[in-house]
Amino acid sequence: MAETSTDPQLVPMGDRALVVSFGNAVDPDVNARAQGCAEYLRERRIAGVTDVVAGYASVTVHFDPALVAAATRCDNPLDAVTETVTALIGRVPEAPRRRPKTIEIPVCYGGEMGMDLEEVAEHCRMPADEVIRRHCAPLYRVYLLGFVPGFGYLGGLDRRIQVPRRESPRKRIPAGSVGIGGEQTGVYPVESPGGWNIIGRTPRRLFRPDDGEGTPNLMEAGDFVRFVPVTAAEFDRLKAAQR
Amino acid sequence: MSLSVQRPGLLTTIQDMGRPGRQHLGVPVNGVMDEISHRIANLLVGNDESEATLELTVNGPTLRFDEDAVIALCGANMGGSADGEALPWWRPVRVPKGTTLTFGRPEIGARAYLAVAGGFDVPAVFGSRSTALSGGYGGFRGRALKKGDVLTLRSPEEAHTPRWVRLLIRHHHGLAYPNWSVSRARMPYRVRPQVVRVLPGRHWQLFSVAAREQLARALYRVALDSDRMGYRLEGAPLETRRAVDVLSEGVVMGAIQIPPDGDPIVLMADRQTTGGYPVIAVVASIDLPVVAQIAPGEDVQFRMITPAESYAASVVREHQLGRVKQALFAKLQQ
Repeated sequence: MAETSTDPQLVPMGDRALVVSFGNAVDPDVNARAQGCAEYLRERRIAGVTDVVAGYASVTVHFDPALVAAATRCDNPLDAVTETVTALIGRVPEAPRRRPKTIEIPVCYGGEMGMDLEEVAEHCRMPADEVIRRHCAPLYRVYLLGFVPGFGYLGGLDRRIQVPRRESPRKRIPAGSVGIGGEQTGVYPVESPGGWNIIGRTPRRLFRPDDGEGTPNLMEAGDFVRFVPVTAAEFDRLKAAQR
Repeated sequence: MSLSVQRPGLLTTIQDMGRPGRQHLGVPVNGVMDEISHRIANLLVGNDESEATLELTVNGPTLRFDEDAVIALCGANMGGSADGEALPWWRPVRVPKGTTLTFGRPEIGARAYLAVAGGFDVPAVFGSRSTALSGGYGGFRGRALKKGDVLTLRSPEEAHTPRWVRLLIRHHHGLAYPNWSVSRARMPYRVRPQVVRVLPGRHWQLFSVAAREQLARALYRVALDSDRMGYRLEGAPLETRRAVDVLSEGVVMGAIQIPPDGDPIVLMADRQTTGGYPVIAVVASIDLPVVAQIAPGEDVQFRMITPAESYAASVVREHQLGRVKQALFAKLQQ
């Protein structure tokens, strides 16, 4: 799509959502812009808008048509939301308000907890230790949350350890599993099916469901993540300490 | 007050109107698939429309009530019986203590809603009692019901209990129900193949004219592995040459995604908050309950409408529901 970085486009997604698009690039600056826009729109608490979700390079504004119609007395809620959002996106502040956190995620690599590490090493033609070193080196950016609750899409994986997804996905991957799927890496916050190559596991809990008002997640969009290798003994100790 | 699960059925979960507001944290919305049947079931037993109900799927459960209760069954008619006596649908029903309810398979439709006066006593998680199967939280212990589960019911508060519900409880014995019911004309899913109204999706323009025309013309079959997360559609795959490379972003219920193989996927109540396939079209809000009631193996056809048409249809639907509410309120005054 012909979109420039200065000119976001508004595209409807059916009759209950509007997408503000900042282009089609996986880029930290574009992503930061989408997150800043999402945060700003969310804080405006636009009548009838239920969710404002940042993607890689876009913001999805979800709304309840009946609530928008009641609040605006407009019989076309999509038009009403488009008008409101058009007026607001020009006022989004340049700098994001929230200071991103850097989160250290301890990982016990290989063995039972990282059953695909050896295969990944073979595929990359390097020793397993080198895969671990390269996986721990970057400061990853959390581009967006999705897939399952608490899951962060991380950007910045070393090209040398990018391995295609497994041909047949596994039915159950334990919570905390750390995987590589193509150019992506991440941590499964809850037990779920998945096709990534599992290279390790973290004892840290990424998602805690409750009824509080805060975030249930360890990581938020815009944060940075670094993986730190730990031994099986340290894994057990950290896991016990978390309870 | 409680009910116990003798047999769980195919997939029986506690659901309400879902948990919007936290999708930016990756928390899925969940909630009922067929909002209309759910809301009417609640209204019939004097509950708030947003109270949690049991969502029954294709093959219903066997449930035993350990206390007198007033229930309503709406949605796909799974027939069924209460200790051998036929169960009436779309009306409040007094179920005496010790009664066992069994269900059959619906002739048409896929999901039924069982509301109980007072609601189910399960904790709200992220502001909702809906079961989040993928996250393992909400509803009853974050999962579908199993044999042996005992669900606690909240006692309907006397002051808020409609007169017809109180009358049913106090002045009747055995299975009892009024001679009126909500018109089955409220069921929006009685034809085959089901025609579903859709609107242009976020990536509509990325698809070729041929692909767009095909979506409106083709007959699709809902694949057998379709579930609350999404329906896979089988038919003529859509040509996706120009549309494969899109980035993950927030998606809605009813979004029709086209993965590289060209077979559409319709995202449903348990969808992930973000999706990475191009969205060619989106099911109009008015027809989400229709899609919810299409059983795996059945056919569906799409018809394009405009947002204005969709909103107008929704206003008519809400007006009809308003008339149901008024009629029930009139019963309360009798």
